[in-house]
Amino acid sequence: MLKNRHIQGWLQASPLTLVLLGFLILPIITIVVVSFWQATEFSIIPAFSFENYEFLFGSPVTYKVFFATFKYAFITWAMTLAIGFTVAYYLAFHIRSQTLQIALFLLCTIPFWTSNIIRMISWIPFLGRNGIANSALQSWGIIDQPLEWLLYSDFSVILAFVHLYTLFMVVPIFNTMTRIDHSLIEAARDNGASGFQTLVHVILPLTKPGIMIGTIFVLTLVMGDFITVRFMSGSQKANVGRLISNDISLLQYPSAAATAVILLITVLIVIGILLRFVDIRKEL
Amino acid sequence: MEKRPKSFYVLTGFFALFILFLYGPTLTIGILSFQGPGGGLTFPMRGVSLNWFHELFQEQAVGDIWGAFRRSLMLGLMVMVTTVVVSVMGGFAFRKRFYGSGILFYLIIASLVIPSILISLGVGLIFNQFGMKIHWATSGFGSQLTWTLPFGLLIMFAVFNRFDKSFEEAARDQGASPWQTVRHVVLPIIAPSLIGVGLFGFTLSYDEFARTLLTAGSYNTLPLEIFGMTTNVTTPVIYALGTMTTLFSLLIIGAFLLTVWIMGKRRARFGSDAGKGV
Repeated sequence: MLKNRHIQGWLQASPLTLVLLGFLILPIITIVVVSFWQATEFSIIPAFSFENYEFLFGSPVTYKVFFATFKYAFITWAMTLAIGFTVAYYLAFHIRSQTLQIALFLLCTIPFWTSNIIRMISWIPFLGRNGIANSALQSWGIIDQPLEWLLYSDFSVILAFVHLYTLFMVVPIFNTMTRIDHSLIEAARDNGASGFQTLVHVILPLTKPGIMIGTIFVLTLVMGDFITVRFMSGSQKANVGRLISNDISLLQYPSAAATAVILLITVLIVIGILLRFVDIRKEL
Repeated sequence: MEKRPKSFYVLTGFFALFILFLYGPTLTIGILSFQGPGGGLTFPMRGVSLNWFHELFQEQAVGDIWGAFRRSLMLGLMVMVTTVVVSVMGGFAFRKRFYGSGILFYLIIASLVIPSILISLGVGLIFNQFGMKIHWATSGFGSQLTWTLPFGLLIMFAVFNRFDKSFEEAARDQGASPWQTVRHVVLPIIAPSLIGVGLFGFTLSYDEFARTLLTAGSYNTLPLEIFGMTTNVTTPVIYALGTMTTLFSLLIIGAFLLTVWIMGKRRARFGSDAGKGV
């Protein structure tokens, strides 16, 4: 019996399956169930009511907050893609020594392994009212008054997102670019394509899978975020994640669960669309 | 060698700016953590001192950060070992293309893309409903695995997609048992990637915030403790703490990368005797 590859496969995958069942599937089921419950100030009551959803869809705040979430996701996506593509292109096609290529690639990835919270905190001395940016601009005579919108604004939220998540674009795009057959690029040049034409008509289409994987990472990280928005906006801006975490801090679990269900569905729809463009298993 | 096009210099400038953007802020708080005792959260520096590092060792100034550090370290090691073992087993399993492996693959992707706060909320609710106490080593540990395991498995998939099966066939032809093949052939070949999986497991756990927020219980992990400090600490002591934890992270990353590098060197020296025969 142990010779059967299906049984062997399941045995070897069982620890993984158990973790995912207990800490991914079961929590999602619980959230869905609790989203139909009711809550008082002190406790949550099992019920089957659409109250939470009615309230959610009846409130103009919900639409505003979902719009803000998409806005953050879209702007961050566009910026991380532009920066990430450029950096990956430079590393993959302009650095000729492989040792240097690996070293520079590591230089780009090391911040990923350090604390996001510290990386957010570290923007304060730069962006604050008396921060480096404002003092520099003032001493150069570009502005008279310190700019108030540098910290605790949409600007600082998006800046932090780009700072934290550009890596997630660089890595998959670089990965697909290094697998592009160099003879294709030579062929393009032999046929008279300029550097820019080669980039647009050869490299860009071949890099699409990497771009899609990076896009999935960035969109889901930004759409599910609550901490970056809270910290970088000084609690002045909201996205869906913050709506959920506010409900949680007020112990309004059923309402938080309903918002979480809608957020999850939204994220899954976005991922579903993106997965039509890329076969992840093939790209690894 | 071919002459560099003009775009090379433009892109080099762009890349340098990107690196500055990545590291600049962290370096800034690194410098500011040496503020003099009267200094504030921004420049100018009012003298240079180790005052804020000194305060890290005084309980009343910063709370229980050392306890939090010990818990995060312990949790990071637990998550690291589990991630490596479970990912390797999972990697082997997926090579067999068993029934249902497709669904399991999409579950792994789901685990990666699901907003962290859902894991936090869901696991917290389950523990409450069943009357279990949430604790960093149980609920926190499981929640973090949903974030580290997908990375571990994606690395394993990438490794096994490039794995040359003829090594295993050669071992089998020479009479190695399945276990011997794994122990003496497969594992040594994939060892450097396992170090990589370990690096992801430890650092992602050590820095994880969202998935531990509602699942750590009454004893905070270090990121939770640091986030708590951002709301009530207004002195550079928080920069000193940031500098210390970043240095610690860099030390860990360095240790992992060094291990991979040494392995590569050893392999180059002792590995193959192909072409050296007489």
